[in-house]
Formats: sequence, structure tokens, C-alpha cells
Amino acid sequence: MSQTARIQKPRFNAQTWIILAGIAIIGSVAPFVEPTLVGQMTVFWIMVLLSYTWDTMGGQMGYNSFGNVVFFGIGMYVTAAIQVGLYTDLGTYTAAKGGIKLTLTLGQYFTGLAIGLVAAGLAGFLAALLIGSGILGLRGHYFAIGSLALGIFVAELASGWELIGAGSGLVPPLYPGVESARSLWLYFGCFALAGITFLVLQWVYSRRFGLALNAIRDDEDKAEAMGLHTTRYKTIAWAISGIFLGVCGGLAGNFFQFIDPRDTAFSGATYGVWMVLMVVLGGKGTFWGPLIGALLFHVFKELFWSYLLGLQYIALGLLVVVIVVFFPEGIVGWFRERFPHWFGERVDPPPEATAADPVREPAE
Amino acid sequence: MSTMLEVRNCSKAFGGVVANHDISIEVREGEIVGLIGPNGSGKTTLFNSIVGYHPIDGGSIRFLDKEISSLRVPNIARLGLLRTFQQTRIYGKMTCMQNMAASLPYRGEGFAGMFRRFDSGVADRAEELLEFVGLYSKRNLRGGDLSFGQQKLLEFAMALMNEPKLLLLDEPTAGINPTLINGLIDRLKRANEQLGITLLVIEHNMRVIMNLAERIYCLAHGELLAEGLPEAIQNDQRVIDAYLGAH
Amino acid sequence: MIDNLILLLENPVAFVDLAINGVLIGAIFVLVAYGMALVWGVMNIINICQGEFVILGGFVAFYFSKWGINPMLGVAAAFVLLLIVGWILYRLVIFRIVDRDLFTSILATFGISILLSQTMNEIFSADVEIARHGLGTWSLFDGRITLEQIKLAAFALAMVIGLALVIYMKNSRAGQAIRATAQNARAARIMGIDTNAVYARTYALNAAICGAAGALVAMIFTIQAYGGLAFTVRGFLVVIVAGLGNLPGVIIAGLSLGAAEQVASFVFGLEYQLAFVFGMLVLIVIYRQIRLGFRRQYLR
Repeated sequence: MSQTARIQKPRFNAQTWIILAGIAIIGSVAPFVEPTLVGQMTVFWIMVLLSYTWDTMGGQMGYNSFGNVVFFGIGMYVTAAIQVGLYTDLGTYTAAKGGIKLTLTLGQYFTGLAIGLVAAGLAGFLAALLIGSGILGLRGHYFAIGSLALGIFVAELASGWELIGAGSGLVPPLYPGVESARSLWLYFGCFALAGITFLVLQWVYSRRFGLALNAIRDDEDKAEAMGLHTTRYKTIAWAISGIFLGVCGGLAGNFFQFIDPRDTAFSGATYGVWMVLMVVLGGKGTFWGPLIGALLFHVFKELFWSYLLGLQYIALGLLVVVIVVFFPEGIVGWFRERFPHWFGERVDPPPEATAADPVREPAE
Repeated sequence: MSTMLEVRNCSKAFGGVVANHDISIEVREGEIVGLIGPNGSGKTTLFNSIVGYHPIDGGSIRFLDKEISSLRVPNIARLGLLRTFQQTRIYGKMTCMQNMAASLPYRGEGFAGMFRRFDSGVADRAEELLEFVGLYSKRNLRGGDLSFGQQKLLEFAMALMNEPKLLLLDEPTAGINPTLINGLIDRLKRANEQLGITLLVIEHNMRVIMNLAERIYCLAHGELLAEGLPEAIQNDQRVIDAYLGAH
Repeated sequence: MIDNLILLLENPVAFVDLAINGVLIGAIFVLVAYGMALVWGVMNIINICQGEFVILGGFVAFYFSKWGINPMLGVAAAFVLLLIVGWILYRLVIFRIVDRDLFTSILATFGISILLSQTMNEIFSADVEIARHGLGTWSLFDGRITLEQIKLAAFALAMVIGLALVIYMKNSRAGQAIRATAQNARAARIMGIDTNAVYARTYALNAAICGAAGALVAMIFTIQAYGGLAFTVRGFLVVIVAGLGNLPGVIIAGLSLGAAEQVASFVFGLEYQLAFVFGMLVLIVIYRQIRLGFRRQYLR
């Protein structure tokens, strides 16, 4: 442990655990204190999931991905398709366009959901591995645009595929129990998944893997020249976020109770942009940044959505421009640049330039 | 001494400009070999051909008896043939220690290796090598906050951390404070003797290369002009002409 | 799908018909791609809001036709309007990101793209529109090949715009300043070129080209407030196939993309036309990357 601490500060110290425990307690109590806001809070944890999984690529590795929403959508479809397909014929179900109501027992429902979520994680992982090994050989900006195109490509394909309902979407089976119980377990499902995702990702970053991702972010050519398997690291990083995005999508599909290919599952204009924005707002590649970004954005969004009436997407575009142009390092990043010691970072102050040091010519 | 790197009849042209024509050089295990030549003589092109930055038009490049002229940069690096950059490159937002830890060799790294924690020796080794290049006191500074000269030293330390068999240095003293040059030459020699790393060095500074290299190749106009011991090269009329611009 | 393919193979004239129509539309992609390459090459910005400029220009022509003015005049009006829009955008936002990395500029122009498309959606609604032009159709070979006159006119006009641009870039002082800045901005600055003004001009010019192209789109195709991204992707696709600074390549790639898209939308069905364009981009970058990999290079 001490060996690692000499290389980089431990990510989890006593203070961190206290804050995390505080969040865990607040998160567990909140739905009982404000039962009317359970839905809102569920969406919040979905947002946290989206932002931390995006940060793996966008923050730690510096690869802006507009295509993460693909795995989210795949998870949604896979879970719902299994939930339905286990108990009836999927093709007839979707062809009826919501005309068939599936009545399940609680046991059947949760069996379907559990299998569906596992399959969703697996599907997200495999899809990221497959797509990633194709397009992650690309350098940053080609990947950004390639992934942007990928998201729309998949959305277009899904809206043409009859088996999963094509453009008219797919409805996951109705929950057989009472509605309040449904919203509670969905809340805790998303909350727990967010917690697990956070811990797993931080564990990954504390290993050799994390430094390799940071090295790719700082200078990919150098990393290659040092023998780093860049494409392999990039692909596995994407696949790890793909697992959590897949499961998250599975839960989200059940939460929304309706999956539209363009507007919920592969929605580049909403979740696809939001996840980028939340991370940039909070601070790319920082420990708490994605959480803070998700919280702030969620509040902003609710304000936009309630008071701007139809203008919210315009405001969203404006927000993207303003944040990216004027506040690129994000909230946590901004503080970290100015007060590194707050973050327990042992970054000594920059050396004063000595007269004997030659002035470095700006690189071409 | 066995042959480590063998470049045979290597040619490379960019469009119509012939940058390297029919060049053959050889680096034997444990040597320090210099590569000199006036600006535009094709030194960096040859370097880039060796480390895999572009394809070659003809000839062969063999490293440890393995043909590497069609391998790509990271694969060549993993064989133990490493290069430093003329425009020094380090990981700017990471501390020196993190820079070092990220430079551990990736040879034979499997899936489990990617998630390994840094075992106990890594920090020791990193500190030892930073001490070796004189950056120990700066070990917790961010790479990007170092001066240019210090970044060059850090890059050198990172290269040593990677445990290469052959290290290609592209103008290691360019842009370095002249008072530090002697110290750098000394460290290069020690790396060669104590760590057993073979060196191939591009250098512009004649004084440096004459002190450092055991054998020197001189390029001019993309062709191999002369080869020999430093004294012989220094007195070779063709080399002098090339440098003084007599065509 | 297979049936359509067989139909095409048995019926080469239909194939030619599709290809000709595609090539005529492709001229517009050439313009969009040319503008994209210009901004990319000169300012090192990949302009994601390229497509929104196109759609905005399209709405100009659409409103001209709605008000009973010849939409052909809309091409000039769209050019001028987008010149102004582009210049304002440069002064407000783009000049702040010129020196930043490509990520920042991709994200920022992506934000502008959302902003513009949503604003257009608010103002013009999300309906699919087409500008009425009143030109007829020629049929050749007993109607087996149909040629809409408007497509020919649009093709000709696109070529004229393209030619005017090339002449402008080659011969005018302003064009030379743009090319000098593209090659080496620092050297250009030292030689007394006001690079900031050059950037502003480049960006505005690009927007204007897209606007004019969009006005043509409104006449031969359809426009829709959210349809911009497809044009951005087409432009990007053409640029990476041709390579930056390769004008003949851009022309060939743009025209071929137009033809390929028409044939594909016939074979796969019209609903998959967009999927084809976006899928093509993914496949082509992967293909290019693997090809370059054999030559030890990267797509940069």
C-alpha cells in the first residue's frame, strides 16, 4: 500500500469513506423522507451512472465518446426483450404494438428482470468490445465523430427492426405488484448500481490500468512509443463502462416503462449529450466531479424543463457551448488547479524558472 | 559482441525526395553508436524507419534477429527497442513518479497484468532512477511543470524504467543548458555500463558525440558517408566537407 | 432487399437513373465537404454545426418559395444570411476555441449544432419541408431515365459556386491569405497577415457555402430542423475519403457518395438511407484505419 502511495495518493482515505457513508445514508433514507420525489431521485442515480461511465473514456482517457448511449440502449432492449421473450413470443408481442398485456407473477417478473439485467451487462460488454476493437484504433477526434455516427446508426437500425418493435418501440412487461413498491426497488436498484459502478471504477483507476488511461490522455504517441497496448487498453476501458451502461439501461427501460429507439434508448440528443455535459461541468477525470456535475445538471435540467416550456433544448445547447468554451476544466477541475492541496495531491509548487534554463520554443 | 540492430540497404523516399538511400548500419550489443550528419541528411528519417513510424521502401531492418521493418511502434517498443523524442514528450498532467510508473515495461503483459497494483519494487525503482538523473527532489511535481531540460531528463529516466535493450536517443542534448551537458554524457555512459543498455544516439553537438560514442556513422544527403571511430570521423575530409557545406 | 438488388441488376437503366440523380445531389455534398475541409485545414476545427448551416440556408429558400419569390434567388440570400451568421458565430464563440484542442472545438460546435437545430425547430417546427420551384422533369429513353430540371440547375449552380470559390482562393489577396494561414499560421502572422480576420472570413465563408448549398437542398431534397447532422456526417465522410486539401478527391468522393446513397436507399429501402450514411462513416473510418495500419500510420 505504501509503495502505491508513493506513486499516487490513495483514492480512499478516511475522509472519503466518511463522505461516501454520508451519501449512502442520505441515499437510503431520502426515498422515505420524500416519497413523492422517488422518481426524480431514480433519474438522478441514472445520471450519476451515465456520468461516471462516460468519465472513464472522456475524463480518464481523454476520448470524447458520443456513442456511449449505444450500450445504454442495447441494455434497455436486451433486458426488455428477455423479460418479454421468456414468457411469450416477442414478435407477436411487438407486432401488437402494446395491444398484448403480459400478466406475470412476481416471481416470473423478477426472474425475467434478473436474467435480463445480467444479459444486458454482458451485451454492453460484448458490444463495446466488438465495436471498440474496430473504432478505438482511431485517434481522438475521428473516434469522437465515428462514435457520434455510430449512435445514430444504431438508432436508425433499431427503428427499422420489426422484432423489437421498430419505430413504435417496445414496452417492458408491467410490474405485477403495487406501484409504490415498484418505484422503491427501482430506486434502490439504480442507487446500488451507481455505488457499485463508482467503487469498481475507482478500483480500476487505482491499478496499473488507471495510469495507462491517464498516459493515453496526456500523450498517446508517447504511450505507444513506450510499448503500451493502447488499443487494448482503450477497448477494455470502453467495455468496462459498457457493462455498467448495459445494466443501467436495463433498469432505466423498466423505469420509463416504454422504450423508443430514437427518444429513449439511443437518444443522442438527450442522454448522449447529457452525460458529456455532466462530466465536463463537474470536472473531467476527477474523483467527485461526475457526481457533482450530475447533481447540478439534474437540478438545472429540472428547472429548464419546468420553466422554459419548449425552449429547454435550446438552453441545453447554449449550456454546452458556454461550459465548454468558458469553463472547460469543470468545477472540481477548477478548484484542483488552484488548490491542489485540498485534494491531498502532493503536487509541489511549480519550480521558478532559473535564468540558466533555455526558453522552450513553442512546439509547432 | 553479437549484432543487436542491423539495418541493411534501407531506403525511404517522401514523394520525390529521397531521404534515405541504401543505408546499412549495425549496432552491436553493449555499444554506444553515434549517428551524425548535417541538417536534412536523413538521420531522423532513419530513426523513424527503425522505430516504426513509417514504412520503408526497400531493404531490411532486423532487431535481435527479428525483422521489424513492418512492425508498428508499440510492438517494436515491446521488443525492447525504445526511442526518445527530439521534441521531448512526457505525460504532462501526471507527476514524475506517475510518469515513471506508467513507463514500466509492457512486454508480455496479459489481461491480469493490466489490473495489477504496483508491486513493492516499483516505487523504489522509480525513485532510484529519478535519483540517477537528478530529479529525485522533483518527483512529486507534475511533468508539465518541469523545465525543458528537466523534462528531457525525465524522459530519459522513463526510458530506463522501461528496461530497453537498445535505446535510440534523438538529440539528447538539444535545448539543454550547456552546463548540464557533461552530467548528461556521464549518465548516458553509466546507463550503458551499469544497466547494460545499448545506445544509438543522434547528435548535432560534435563535442558531445566525440566524447560519448564508440563508433560513429555519418550521413549526408540521405546516404551513408562514413563510418568509424570518433577520431577517424573527426579527421575524415568528406565529413568535414559535408558539415562545412562543400557539395 | 434482395429483391430490390435483383431488380437493379436486371435493370441497368434503372441503376443509371439512380446513379445520375445521385451524382446531381452529390454536388451539394461536395460544397458542404469543401467548406468543412476549409475550416478544418485553416482553423483546425471540425465543424459539427456544418449541417445546421445547410438546413438554415434551406429554410431561406423554403420561405422564398412560400412567399412566391423564385427560390433560386434564395441561394444568394442564403449565402448572404449565412455569411452574417457565420461571422457572428465566429466573433461570439469560435474565436475562443481556435487555439484549443480538437476535443474542445468538437464539443463546442456540437453545442452550437444543438442550439441551432433546436432554435430552428422552435421557429420553423419540425415538419419536413420542400421549396417549390416550378421546374419540370425531362424523361429520356421512354421515361426510363428521369431528369428533374431543378436537379440539373442545382448541379450547375453548385459547380459555379465551387468554381468561384476556387478562383477566389487562388487569385484574390484574401484567398491567398487564407491559404497562407492554413499552411503556417505563425509564419502568416509574422508576415503581417491578420490571422484572426482570416479565421473570421474563413468561418463565415464556410457558413455561406453551406447556406447556399442548403438552399439547393430545399429545392431538390427535403429539409427538416433536425436533419443537419446527416450533412455534417456526409461532409466529414467525403473529407476523410478524399483527404484534406485534395479538391479533385472531394469532388469525386462527394459525387460518388450521392450516387451510392441513392442506390443504397433503393436497395435497403428509403427508411435506411440515414442508417446507410452513418454506417458508411463508421465502416470507412475503420477501413481507412486498417489500411493505414499496414503502412504503419494513423488517421490524423
